[in-house]
Amino acid sequence: MHYVMIGNSIASTACIEAVRAIDAEGSITVIGEEDHPCYSRPLISYLLQGKTDENRMVYRSEAFYEENKVTVMRGVRAQSIDREEKTVCLENGISLWYDKLLLATGSSPFIPPIKGLEEVKNRFTFLTLDEAKRLESNLRKESRVLILGAGLVGLKCAEAIIDKVQSVSVVDLAPRVLMSVLDDAASEQVRTHLQKQGLRFFLGDSIAECTPNEALLQSGTVIGFDLLVIAVGVKPNIQIALEAGLDVNRGILIDEGGRTSDADVFAAGDCTEGPEMIIGRKTVLALLPNAYLQGETAGTNMAGGTASFDKAVAMNALSLMGLHLITVGRYEGTSHLVPCKDGYKRLFVKDNHLVGCILVGEAGKRSGIYTAMIRNKVELDSLNFDLICEEPLLMAFAKSVRQQQLGGPV
Amino acid sequence: MKRIYVNEMWCLGCHLCEYYCAYANSGIQDMVKALKDKQIQARITVEQRGTISFAVNCRHCTEPLCIKSCIAGAITSKDGVIVIDQSRCVLCYSCIMACPYGALMPAREGVMQKCELCTTNSQGQPACIQGCPNKAIVFEER
Repeated sequence: MHYVMIGNSIASTACIEAVRAIDAEGSITVIGEEDHPCYSRPLISYLLQGKTDENRMVYRSEAFYEENKVTVMRGVRAQSIDREEKTVCLENGISLWYDKLLLATGSSPFIPPIKGLEEVKNRFTFLTLDEAKRLESNLRKESRVLILGAGLVGLKCAEAIIDKVQSVSVVDLAPRVLMSVLDDAASEQVRTHLQKQGLRFFLGDSIAECTPNEALLQSGTVIGFDLLVIAVGVKPNIQIALEAGLDVNRGILIDEGGRTSDADVFAAGDCTEGPEMIIGRKTVLALLPNAYLQGETAGTNMAGGTASFDKAVAMNALSLMGLHLITVGRYEGTSHLVPCKDGYKRLFVKDNHLVGCILVGEAGKRSGIYTAMIRNKVELDSLNFDLICEEPLLMAFAKSVRQQQLGGPV
Repeated sequence: MKRIYVNEMWCLGCHLCEYYCAYANSGIQDMVKALKDKQIQARITVEQRGTISFAVNCRHCTEPLCIKSCIAGAITSKDGVIVIDQSRCVLCYSCIMACPYGALMPAREGVMQKCELCTTNSQGQPACIQGCPNKAIVFEER
C-alpha cells in the first residue's frame, strides 16, 4: 500500500499516526511545500515572544519519522493529481503513485484588494514560520506597525510584537475585536485589556488606500506605518483538488470519514469543509484540534479501519497578554450569563443540550468539562444544571456517570 | 495498565491527596518545608459539595484529547501514561479546553501541569494513594 500525503502539518502527522496504528508496512510519503520539519503554526507568535524556539516548535521528533518509516519531501510543491492514473505530479517533475491520497494542503492568508497595497514594500502576513521570521527581522524599536485584522491571527501577532516596536495599531472592518468568536461583552473586555497594554484600535473602519508608509482609512483617518501586517482571515487551499475535479465549495468537501468525492482521496485540516456537529452542515473549521482529529480519522479509513469524526465543533483557546479566552461551539438557543468572579461566562443551551460557551479569565478553569458536554450532547436534564452553570464540576453529573468517569478505564 | 480509580463512597474530603501530590511534585525532601505556608498546587483536585466529595485527576484516557489539541506537541503518551513536557508548553490553555475531566491546570512556573502517576518524580508510585487514609483512591489494573 502506498500512502501519499500532500501537506506536512498537523493533519498529515495525525494521519501518519493513525495509518501506522493499523498498517505497519505500507509506504508513507509526505510532501511539504515549506522547507521546514512539521511545526505547529499557532506557535509562531510565541516564537516572536521568545516563549519557544525553532527546535521546540517541531511537532514530532526526527525519531518519529524513522520509527514510522515515513519519507518526507520538504520544500517541494505538489502540482497536480491524476486520479485516473492515481499519481501526484510534483513541481520538480517527479511523479508519485498512490493507493490512498491525503490532501492536507492547509490554508492561505486572504489578501483583500486595497488600492496601493502592492506599493507597500514592508508588507507581511502571519501564518507561516518564514513569514514570522521575515517580520521579526524587520522589526525595529522605532517601528510603527499597522495590523489589518482584529481576529485571532491579528491579535496574536500584535501581542507578539508590541514590546519590540514603538507602536501597534489594529484596523478592522468589524465594530469589535474577535468578532467571529466572542460576543459584545467579551469583545469589549478583551479590547479594554489590550488597549491598557498599549494597542491602538481603529474598529468599524478599513483601509481605503495605501501609500508605501501611510494608510488612509474609510473614515478619513490617516495612519502612518513602517510595517503592515495583513491578517484578515484565511482561505482553504483547494486549487489542486479543484483542478483534479474533486467536489469543493469554500473548502474541499469531506464526509465524517474524511473522504472526498473520490474513494481513494481523503482530506483533512484547514483545507476542508466537513460536517459540523451542531448545525449538521458542512463548514470550514480551520483550527488545530480539528486538523488533528480529521487527519486521524482519515488515516484510519485510508488504512482500512473504520473511523467517523462526527464531533466537529469550533473551539478556540487563546491567550492575549495574560488574558485567557476559551470558546466552544455555537452561540444559539438560550443564553445563560453566569456571574463570575475575575472573568466572564456565557453558556448557550438548545434542545436540552449545551451548544456553546464563551469563557474569559478564571471562567475557563476546567472548561473541558463544558466542551465534553457539547461534543457528547449530554442531556441537560440528566445533570444538575444550576451547579454546572456555576462551575464545571463532575459533581453535577449523575452518580452513575461519575462512577464511570472515575471508577473504570475511560 | 494500572490507573488511579476513585470511590467517592470512601472519600472523607480531607484533601490529604492534594497535599501528598503537591509534596511529591515539589522536588523538596522535607514535607513541612514543601507545604507549610504555601499555596499548594496539586495535580489532583477534590470536588466537595455537601456530604459528597471525591478526588479527580488525569484519567490517562484512551482518547486523550489533550494530546490531540496541544498546539505545542508538548503532551504525549508514554505507554499509556499521559505526560507533559513543560519546556515545550506555552500556556495556551488548549488542553484545559479539551480535557473532559478538568484534569489539567497551570503550575506555578507558568506552564501547565497534570498527573503523571508519579512516574516523573521520585515517588515510585502515586503519592495520592499513599496519602489517602481511607482507600478512596486506589492504583490498580481494572
